[in-house]
Amino acid sequence: MELRGVDKYFGDLAAVNQINLAFQEGEFFTLVGPSGSGKTTLLRMLAGMDKPTRGDILLRGERINDRPANWRPTCMVFQSLALFPHMTVGGNVEYPLKCRGTPPAERKERASRCLELSHLPISYYDRPVTTCSGGERQRVALARALAFDPEILFFDEPLSAIDYRLRKTLEKEIKDIQRETGKTFVYITHSLEEAMVMSDRIGVMRDGGLAQIGTPHEIYSSPVNRFVSEFMGEVNSIAVTPGQDGKLWCASLGASITPPSPLDASFKQGTLMIRPENMRLVDADEAADTNVFSGELFNEYVLGSRIQYQIRINDDTFLVERLRESGSPESGEQIRFGWSAEDSMLFPE
Amino acid sequence: MGTLISRHWSTLSSGLLCSAPLFILLGLGFFGPLALVVLYSVQPRGSFSPFGTPTLENYIDIIEQTFYLSFGWSLLLAIISTAILLLICYPLALTIKRHSGTVANILTLLVIAPLFVAENIRLQGWVLFFDKSGFLDGGLNYLFGFGPGSLVNNVPAIVFGMVYVYLPFMLFPILLGLSNVPADVREAALDLGASRWRIFRDIEIPLAMPGILIGSLLCFVISLGAFSEAKFLGKGVIVTIAQDIESAFTFGQNWPRGSALAVLLIILAGTAVFLAMRRIDLNKMLGSR
Repeated sequence: MELRGVDKYFGDLAAVNQINLAFQEGEFFTLVGPSGSGKTTLLRMLAGMDKPTRGDILLRGERINDRPANWRPTCMVFQSLALFPHMTVGGNVEYPLKCRGTPPAERKERASRCLELSHLPISYYDRPVTTCSGGERQRVALARALAFDPEILFFDEPLSAIDYRLRKTLEKEIKDIQRETGKTFVYITHSLEEAMVMSDRIGVMRDGGLAQIGTPHEIYSSPVNRFVSEFMGEVNSIAVTPGQDGKLWCASLGASITPPSPLDASFKQGTLMIRPENMRLVDADEAADTNVFSGELFNEYVLGSRIQYQIRINDDTFLVERLRESGSPESGEQIRFGWSAEDSMLFPE
Repeated sequence: MGTLISRHWSTLSSGLLCSAPLFILLGLGFFGPLALVVLYSVQPRGSFSPFGTPTLENYIDIIEQTFYLSFGWSLLLAIISTAILLLICYPLALTIKRHSGTVANILTLLVIAPLFVAENIRLQGWVLFFDKSGFLDGGLNYLFGFGPGSLVNNVPAIVFGMVYVYLPFMLFPILLGLSNVPADVREAALDLGASRWRIFRDIEIPLAMPGILIGSLLCFVISLGAFSEAKFLGKGVIVTIAQDIESAFTFGQNWPRGSALAVLLIILAGTAVFLAMRRIDLNKMLGSR
């Protein structure tokens, strides 16, 4: 499935703007972006519930812009799940097969298989769907979509209303199902974590456009711009201008900084970004080259196995993350921290 | 002593206290007269006392005479107008539902506005409109030299009047019913390969059914007891059971017969209510699922 120059306008507002994107068969693709970035609009066009204002949607080279949702070999799991409240679990899962005219015996057999695949006990078959819990409904919705046997499955943030632990389990289950069935899954979420756990490739959306497409690793370690870098996790930003001897100058810190790579002649100003986990604490007696600063430890956050320090230098705040160990510095203490030049990312502006 | 009374009062549930005015009103205004009607229906012919020797002679009279005609007409008119109302109101409700905002408000206002004018006056208005040399006939005659003549004094005119008067009673319950059909559930069905007809049959109708049933029930029961439409727009071309009841009480001065007819009508309507209510879960419909 492929999108070529797809636009969607609501009035004068471009919800989706010039999207070019091709899904590979059997991949788990996640569209991630903040609220209002056009993810859901894009997905609705892919599923056939909205039509693009301009551009083409192609399925195996065939233009399917005007093909309605019930004629597309795709299926969507809605954010609200959109289960049929007046039917049983089995009735819901059988519905796509019923629409296709599958005989009852085969229907039941295939629906049971889909329930099994989404980890729902077969004893749920005749239960009204309204008596199921949130996680169970999630599984019913997934089973129903699988029963349709689509070539591509779309997910519109289905896990957003589920508690953290269950969400973690379901994320992995969805990923496992994708591997088992070998189908193409296109998933949208605003949760970076969800995207990282499940995806083969991630597309980061911003203001209706795609900011970057790549594997989770590519996007995390080499974001193309400041937006992607900030979206993919916490990051320290330092405003910089060109300094002496090919170094960067940071006015607010009053210090020279070694850039990640030799500076371009055209570089005027930009932002240097360093992920907290690429920062390290520097011992007081260690020889300081550039990129080492010292500031007041203001706060610390425990993140499971890791710990994050918030360090203040005048008005600037830096985050430094490391494994938890004994002998942590105390709040208010002056501590030194730094980073290797190659771990920083420079985005000219 | 004071504390004893207050303790006694507090044992009465606050719910019972709150509902007491309603119970009193229903008791005096509804169950009382109903009991009286039942009592009168077993009194001897033409009796004005409710405490005579009970007898079934009124019911026997009703069966032996031609009251089955007016029962039949009332039933037929109720069924026809309910069916027509369903056909009109369902698409109308869908339209109102889809155009949320100004269009929906205007449509709703148009439906509600006539309710501020008394039913009889509105019906008389239609008589003036449809009658020979009325607004329609007279106007067309004046403009083009020919007109449809009188369009009243027939059964279709009565049905028209009923449909016109009872439209809101069908429309609003159906609107309520349709609000139980979420847009995304309809989309999900479409996405799963359902045709429009399938979505209508498998998703929309079952989910909106409580509203449809309540609307139909309301319209059926009130058109069963309809009276003014046949009187004004039908002008006696047929007699409904409600007219029979009225004339038994007034013109005929035979309260027991009127009461017996009323009891039979109540049984008829009650049966319809009973059958329909067995299929409705009011709690679910009002959203407390």
